[in-house]
Amino acid sequence: MNRTLAAIFVTAALASGPVLAQDAIKIGVTQPLTGAFAASGNYVTEGAKLAEAAINASGGVLGRKIQLIIEDNKSNPTEAVATAEKLISKDKVPVMLGAWSSSLTLAVMPKLMEYGVPMLVETSSSGKITVSGNPWIFRISPTSEMEAKAFAGYVKTLGIKKADFLATNNDFGLGASKEFAEMLKANGAQIGVVETMDPKATDFSAQLAKIKASGGDTLFVTTAVEQATLILKQAKEQQVTARIITTGGSVSPDQLIQQAGDAANGSRHVVFFTPWFPEAVKNPDVAKKFVAAWNAKGLPAGGLTEGFRGWDGLYTIVEGIKLAGKAEPAAIQKALWDVKVKGVNGDIAFIKQGPAGQESAQNVPSVYVVRIDGGKVVKN
Amino acid sequence: MDQFLQHLLNALMLGGTYALLGIGLTLIFGIMRVVNFTHGELYAFGAYMMYALVMRTGVNFFVALVLAIALGALLGAALEFVLLRRLRGADIDTTMLVMIGAWIALQNTEQLVWTGVAKSIDNPFPAAPLVIGAVSVGWNRVFVFVVALLLIGITYFLIQKTKLGKAMRATFQDRDTAALMGVQIGSIHTATFALGSALAAAAGALLGPVFVAYPSMGDMAAAKAFAIVILGGLGSIPGATLGGFILALAEELGAGYISSGYRDAMSFLLIIAILVFKPTGLFAQKERIG
Repeated sequence: MNRTLAAIFVTAALASGPVLAQDAIKIGVTQPLTGAFAASGNYVTEGAKLAEAAINASGGVLGRKIQLIIEDNKSNPTEAVATAEKLISKDKVPVMLGAWSSSLTLAVMPKLMEYGVPMLVETSSSGKITVSGNPWIFRISPTSEMEAKAFAGYVKTLGIKKADFLATNNDFGLGASKEFAEMLKANGAQIGVVETMDPKATDFSAQLAKIKASGGDTLFVTTAVEQATLILKQAKEQQVTARIITTGGSVSPDQLIQQAGDAANGSRHVVFFTPWFPEAVKNPDVAKKFVAAWNAKGLPAGGLTEGFRGWDGLYTIVEGIKLAGKAEPAAIQKALWDVKVKGVNGDIAFIKQGPAGQESAQNVPSVYVVRIDGGKVVKN
Repeated sequence: MDQFLQHLLNALMLGGTYALLGIGLTLIFGIMRVVNFTHGELYAFGAYMMYALVMRTGVNFFVALVLAIALGALLGAALEFVLLRRLRGADIDTTMLVMIGAWIALQNTEQLVWTGVAKSIDNPFPAAPLVIGAVSVGWNRVFVFVVALLLIGITYFLIQKTKLGKAMRATFQDRDTAALMGVQIGSIHTATFALGSALAAAAGALLGPVFVAYPSMGDMAAAKAFAIVILGGLGSIPGATLGGFILALAEELGAGYISSGYRDAMSFLLIIAILVFKPTGLFAQKERIG
């Protein structure tokens, strides 16, 4: 009896094991689900999960379903490396999505070289990522330089004469401050002080006092939404009168209105998706489908400007797998160069960046500027 | 000059809560010889209780503050009763490991209950700041400062003037002799841990509405608290109070005039400098050796 049972189990295990492994194509996701960037990382992951469900509902890819393997990188570069190692060596994922912040992505990049696995970068904006000669990087988010270029037109319209900076002390913040400062100088504006803060800091009183003393008319803030909320509140307490503009596209205006209240009014934000003005986006039907899926799951509207990154990222990866014809890292890497995807942010396709022969792939996305006025998001 | 005055005012406001955090930790270490890694989590607990009471159940802000502090004391007492009581006599490493475990468990519980997304808490103070000449400060921060000073005063009175405080001080000086004199060491430990925890929860409940509540908020708070305690001398309440203000001043002026990127490094550099010249901290309490 026991032997029969054992035999059944063994047969069952042998039969089901390989079939399951064959069944779904695994895609690794490394995002900050906890720690300083938790809000954004969770929304990006939700966006990717919605895309996973939508893709599987319409038959998956190559006749197989896709399955996300999600790992929390804890907003910590060391942990990010560990998640990549785990996803590649243990789960054997042929392609990854991640890792939100520039410092996290930069930490993961050597692992991609080591194992030869492509990663789709959905949020990071540091210029370093695509010029370091890592051919496994495919970035759909804009670089700080692209953002700064897109913003150049506003320098005259807004009458920016002197700008100060407050940025998180990492690749993202320092990179954006540098690019925006160069762009502003080229457009005739003066640069005041460039202040930095720890990504985990919550009190910016010292920096704001210095910025107030500098007396610029505009303050550029580069950080995640958590710190941006506190900066708006504390700037008001310290009577900093400069207009505040956030860069990086990760400061959700809806979340600011909800959490900073009055202090959010008058601030401007660089965003890459404008759910408030559906007519302004390039692919309205794609955006509508994404927003409908988001709302159907009961997710907060404040997460849309972040969630779309996961959605667009996963659709791009799956298109790459489809073109590759097989779920193997090198084939996917090759195929990703040829993808043309209609995304929420616009049309996704890659151009070459970085040293010849080892180029990284960079998308040229849409960049918008919106303003908060009277507790509502309005066009610049 | 205006910038300097603004830095001083900011440091004063910040120093009050730093002192509050430091006192709770120094009491627990001084009296119980426990390196309390859960201190930061009690701080986060206070903030989340404010969120739960004010934002979820609509309790009045000031009532919620009192309740949050009381709940912090209860949680502290429970931690002592469940974990530390069994470890009395265990060596310091074992206790430390258990406290590290409790820290991780508490932080993950917070994350499980409240998710990793930061929560903001409304406060009833006017949005327009208090303006004094060229400097200004939010009314919510003024309130935090006043309540922090009040709590520090109450704690000082409790330790110096009451019978419980006398028993605590006796336990600090010599646990065995205190026990021989009839002091119930067990109850003193529970009371001390509850008091220290209540102070941490108070700091969190006060600052939660100023900043935001998120699961890892306690880490930075705990790091600061440890720095303050080392700076002021282990077990010393005046030391922790002064240490809190010195740390805040070092951070403000360091960030304002040297480099904001190294704001947190400033405070630790200062600590190294002080410890080089006064290895026991500024105000180390005398205790019987042996």
